[in-house]
Amino acid sequence: MQSDWLLGLIGGGLIGMAAALLLLTNGRIMGASGIIGGLVDGSGRHDWTERAALIGGLLLVPAIMVAFSGGSETHLTENGIIIAIAGLLVGIGTRLANGCTSGHGVCGISRLSLRGIVATAFYIGAGGLTVVLFKHVLGVI
Amino acid sequence: MRNLISFVVGGLFGAGLLISGMTDTTKVQGWLDIFGNWDPTLAFVMGGAILPMAIAWQMTNGRKPVLADHFPAPPDPKLGRNLVVGSTLFGMGWGLVGLCPGPAVASLSFGGWGGALFLITMLLGMRLAPALRMRLDQQSAPV
Repeated sequence: MQSDWLLGLIGGGLIGMAAALLLLTNGRIMGASGIIGGLVDGSGRHDWTERAALIGGLLLVPAIMVAFSGGSETHLTENGIIIAIAGLLVGIGTRLANGCTSGHGVCGISRLSLRGIVATAFYIGAGGLTVVLFKHVLGVI
Repeated sequence: MRNLISFVVGGLFGAGLLISGMTDTTKVQGWLDIFGNWDPTLAFVMGGAILPMAIAWQMTNGRKPVLADHFPAPPDPKLGRNLVVGSTLFGMGWGLVGLCPGPAVASLSFGGWGGALFLITMLLGMRLAPALRMRLDQQSAPV
């Protein structure tokens, strides 16, 4: 358990340094939903190569690390209907709110943005209530 | 050069998500599950990420980005209904399966069919969002 916290801190530090590098070099905010969403709805057409390059690194580096470390497990539910509903909710929600855990959470809170703080409070609150309802009350996840 | 930096940033981001355990949905749901076997790892990840980023924001004062003309505009002080509704919908999906956009991409190579299904439906949701936003904005517009 203690090593989990330490790995969390180290991994979190890498995420923060990645966001810092993007900000100080390219002048951009490292928000996963904004970078991906801009490619999907066409709003990020002008800088699509940078978005695609970032997504490429995000996909490729963990793939290589997992290939060398002998596998990793996501422990994702096997219920396809729940996965599909969750995917739609995450896609619509993050684009309506203009940010997710990386954009509002990491990049917003670190500059004391009120929007980032409020968004984070709402998605953690909604996530907590959803887990309570669907796991402890309904028992479906 | 900006593309190369973006690729390196994506790689660091992905490595951080994997090392921190955020591609493991049980750790994320464990953090949200305050009435179950609560797992505080996500708080350490957030703290570890916010600290270097807070220093980076301080370093933007009076400077320019190395490869760009200007830094992002100051945060918008307006909250608005879309922020609250969107974050609530996002939180519900996040709680249901324990995946958010970054880890969904980072775990695609080892996440099996479920991970692929999540990513496809997430992209579909992102495609539908602008139309939904327009309808919501029309409803809230004064008549």
